[in-house]
Amino acid sequence: MTGLFSEVFLSALLFGAVTAAIPLLLAGLGEQMSEKAGVLNIGIEGMMLAGAYLGFVGAFYSGSLWLGFLTGAAGGVAVALIMALLCVRIGLNQIVIGIALTLGLEGLTALLHHFQFSRSYPRLPAADATVIPLLSDIPVIGPAFFKHHLLVYLAVALVFGMGYLYRRTQLGLNLQAAGDKPAALDVAGIDVIRTRTIAVLTTGALAGLGGAYLANVGAGLFIPFITNGAGFLGIVLAMLARGRPVWVLFGALLFGVCLSLTTAMQVAGINIPTDVIQMLPFLAVMIMLVLFGRRASLPAALGIPYERGAR
Amino acid sequence: MSIDTAPAAGATALDATSGGATRRDVLHRLLMTLGPILAALVIAGCILLAVGVDPLAYYSYVLEKGLFSPLGIQQTLTRMAPLLFLAAGLIVAFRAGMWNLGGDGQFLLGAVTAAASAPVLVQFLPAWLALVCAFLIAMAVAMIWSLVPALLRAYQGVNEIITTLMMTFLGTSLANVLVKLVFRDPSTTVPQTRTLPVEDRLPRLFETTITSGVLLGVAAIIIVHLVMTRTAFGLKLRIVGANPRAAVHAGLGVPRLTIAVFAISAGLAGLAGAVDIIGVQGNVRADWNPAYGLAVIPAVFLARMNGFAAIGFVFLLSVLSIGGESAARRLGVPNHFTLVLVSIVLIVLALAEYVDHRYNQSRKA
Amino acid sequence: MSGPSPSAIDSRDIVALEGVTKRFPGIVANDSIDLSIRPGEVHVLLGENGAGKSTLIGMLSGLQQPDEGRILVDGKPTPITSPRHALALGIGTVFQHMMLVPTLTVAENLLLGGSWWQRPRTEELAARVAEITNSLGITVKLHAKVSELSLGEQQQVEILRAMVRNSRLLILDESTSMLTPKGIEELGALMRRLVARGLAIVFITHKLKEAASFGDRISVLKLGRKVGEIPPERFRALGEQEIISEIVELMFGKQKDDPEAVEHPIRTVRAEAAPLLQVADLAVAPTDNAPGLSSVSFDIRPGEILGIAGIDGNGQKQLAEALAGQRAATAGSVRLEGDAIEALSVGERRQRGLRYLTDDRLGEGTVGTFPVSINFFLKQVGAAPFWRGGVEQRAEIDSRAAQLVREYDVRTPSLKTPVARLSGGNIQKVLLARELAEGAKVVIFNKPTYGLDLANTLASRQRIRDTAARGLAVLLISTDLEELLSMCDRIAVIANGSLVGTVANADDARTKVGRLMIGLAA
Repeated sequence: MTGLFSEVFLSALLFGAVTAAIPLLLAGLGEQMSEKAGVLNIGIEGMMLAGAYLGFVGAFYSGSLWLGFLTGAAGGVAVALIMALLCVRIGLNQIVIGIALTLGLEGLTALLHHFQFSRSYPRLPAADATVIPLLSDIPVIGPAFFKHHLLVYLAVALVFGMGYLYRRTQLGLNLQAAGDKPAALDVAGIDVIRTRTIAVLTTGALAGLGGAYLANVGAGLFIPFITNGAGFLGIVLAMLARGRPVWVLFGALLFGVCLSLTTAMQVAGINIPTDVIQMLPFLAVMIMLVLFGRRASLPAALGIPYERGAR
Repeated sequence: MSIDTAPAAGATALDATSGGATRRDVLHRLLMTLGPILAALVIAGCILLAVGVDPLAYYSYVLEKGLFSPLGIQQTLTRMAPLLFLAAGLIVAFRAGMWNLGGDGQFLLGAVTAAASAPVLVQFLPAWLALVCAFLIAMAVAMIWSLVPALLRAYQGVNEIITTLMMTFLGTSLANVLVKLVFRDPSTTVPQTRTLPVEDRLPRLFETTITSGVLLGVAAIIIVHLVMTRTAFGLKLRIVGANPRAAVHAGLGVPRLTIAVFAISAGLAGLAGAVDIIGVQGNVRADWNPAYGLAVIPAVFLARMNGFAAIGFVFLLSVLSIGGESAARRLGVPNHFTLVLVSIVLIVLALAEYVDHRYNQSRKA
Repeated sequence: MSGPSPSAIDSRDIVALEGVTKRFPGIVANDSIDLSIRPGEVHVLLGENGAGKSTLIGMLSGLQQPDEGRILVDGKPTPITSPRHALALGIGTVFQHMMLVPTLTVAENLLLGGSWWQRPRTEELAARVAEITNSLGITVKLHAKVSELSLGEQQQVEILRAMVRNSRLLILDESTSMLTPKGIEELGALMRRLVARGLAIVFITHKLKEAASFGDRISVLKLGRKVGEIPPERFRALGEQEIISEIVELMFGKQKDDPEAVEHPIRTVRAEAAPLLQVADLAVAPTDNAPGLSSVSFDIRPGEILGIAGIDGNGQKQLAEALAGQRAATAGSVRLEGDAIEALSVGERRQRGLRYLTDDRLGEGTVGTFPVSINFFLKQVGAAPFWRGGVEQRAEIDSRAAQLVREYDVRTPSLKTPVARLSGGNIQKVLLARELAEGAKVVIFNKPTYGLDLANTLASRQRIRDTAARGLAVLLISTDLEELLSMCDRIAVIANGSLVGTVANADDARTKVGRLMIGLAA
């Protein structure tokens, strides 16, 4: 069979799905950590944008993709620092500040990009793929999954790293306590504010990295508003994953396939508006919610600032 | 568990409509509002300086183009129409402690249905009746769109932040699908809906280009404000928002009220879309999404969910965005700067409230 | 200041407080308190709500810092800066409100607090726990989720946690308030074993009998001040009754008897009158964190007070909510003046005269940020004359609210004051005014004096007696046996969601109710 379902097409589709999924995965994993620790991080879209812009600038001027990832993560952390200061440290409303940060970074990155590059959109050279020997020779699956940038494998490994962190380490226990019963953590002698700050900053780093990947590897360039809701998707993924990193991975892949399908359809010249396909993952999730309408098992203290001694 | 308490806490912190404010209170509130705005202007000015733009020149240009030039003020007032409806919808939702973050999807679906129905209806109905019908259809569609998150929240306790966010992504795509596949104007090459003739649109005010939609918007937000502060229904919603458990204890039908809140909030967002189409745009182009929904949220917060204050902040937002668009063309500062400014105002205001609260506490102690 | 104060630092003290003062906005929670805590002693802190016990604990456990005075640990002035610091000093606290993470297992909770880079040392913990539990004679399910444990079990976990951490000083904050009489005895025995091992214990309670039977030394707090102390030498010399009467004198001034003790009610319930409230075979499904009800039946006649005794969490709240219509019943009937009301909504039942005064005053009884005036009418929103055509009539609301404020003696700066700013006693008055307003026929009081000071407790009880005297039927749910004995005509005991027996409030009621509460036949 040729055309739509040829091997080349299928592996390109899956390759694109993975590429599209990675920023969502990183954002989702980051958001998950914040939520576990009791901070609803609506500003994650802004953190991704900061990461995308600074990641691109870093890579563009240094010529090193990895330096770009580093600056991207740093950008995310910088925004997260504001969030941690305002919402964790002094307990301002997390949703208000989150929305403010998202709006602000949307504007700021667009503004900076304008003054840096005017109307030009310089491209980065294509990212080097790390080809995994043997596995990459498997038909269809090989080129789809085993010829990606090294960061992709690291991100997937991170899923399992996070799973280990949450279930097997002291920090994991502390994070969960910070989200479910912060007072208990406090009297156990662990600083709740610090624990939550660690979580929010980690979120910033992961979101920034996700943004940098999106710009540097996924698109190869920065355009204003490039994340286009990826951060919000990360929030949705984190809330649906019920604290399990591996579900973030599945969710991200589902969305990735749909996003990739839209591009593939355009390339193949198929006459369905791409919007139809873009709707699919959301439809799937909404239908699941309606059918299994469960009480979202969110941490008890999510969204509530911690103040010692307050009842 | 859901995060019910978060919006409630937010609502109480920002809810400041107990009547009978003394002159000192008013003065204090004015100071607490204008001070942060001024501070934000200074901080944002520093950003402008950093990118090599003279902030004073920029601000005065924005004010001139958005406020003091005849054309600018007309555009500003016209821009306010949809924003006021959206703000009214958000006031209802936030006061009732529900985070309807799905305004954009509801807005676009309202816009598309209005754009699809109005040109058809005007052909066999008197113009005014056709427009009324188009408004009602837009409102109904947006209400129905909000039903899924509303039911999930009311009966399953599913957090509305996720569901409304997802519904807004869905709604944006669906609006595009509708424009491209269902309501596409066959006579044009660009994908867009049929255009409502200018003479059939909402009348303009006097001899200006200002849409009369702005009056509807002002009326909507004032009605919402009065309902929320002066009626039993509004009080019930505020009880649900401030303490959902007290609402259950007092025998209020919380699930029904929840659905009502979503319906009203989404209905107003749908009307916002309709007023923009029927009053100003005339049609919907594919991939059109002005993203007003998210932009209005800060204005509502800044107004502390007070309707009258919200009119002021929506006006300010419109001046900034109209002026900012002109400045983008003339001074080369992208109008995205407006977003930065709004964001800084919001953060500085939240900080100011915190400091004020702390100061009051320490004075009492 | 009155009362004896141990001024000199004693070398035997492991922790001592010297002139410690702590202020909060509007109140002095602790006013130059001296306290000495020694190994091998159970030091009982006795006082009513608001006496400053919790603040004192807060400072010992590092949650709060004193404004004046100093805390000495091992004779050296040591500011306790954080909970972590307190733990490092060997001070372990079992808080009144459980401080365990419900979604984690017991083992994980015990491991909380380790440095974040460490791996949880599960095996080490298990060995340590086995060693401690064996010597104390308690058993703990290490791998059970905390949310699955009973309150008593959770408390043992908290004590165990303090032991695992090598605490030298164990603070128990109102630890008996949630326990069965048997559980209280066990806790007392455990405390004795712990002090025998050389631990110091600070035991906070407001029950005089517990203080007398478990303590070695008693300090009495009143309105933030320490008003007296009974040192161990004196303590041992006195009998239990003498100790109690001495404490009563310290707490309430020169009174011979317990002020809460009141003559048995001398109301006459007309036995022939038809019951106002009839409940038959009422059942409620259990939920994740609460027991259900099964086959609950009782009648209340006009002018009668029926008490519901039992350990907290045995279905009292479910019963009240099912009667009020807030919680769906799965079976059974509820009749008010003979009419079935089980299918009616909360509002309709209230309309008919069934009133429910909740125990959760700020959580569900009021909207804290709303003005006092509106809180009087939360259950009547939309009703005339306060609303007409759905529009608020502010003048009507304010004049009626002002009247209620006077009638019920609500101390509030103004009608516009947010109700959360009032004291617990005044919030309770707002609720009383709201529920007893015109048209009340049957009133359910759920723990009506919980957390109130003595004056407000006595006032609330008088309101309840007056209510019954007016010919209303009263259901009084309380965990305070003394309260029930002093007010009720009959007392039913609830255990695990069903009524295990009903006792007429006669001379032997105390023993009978007590036996029912611990699972014996009356």
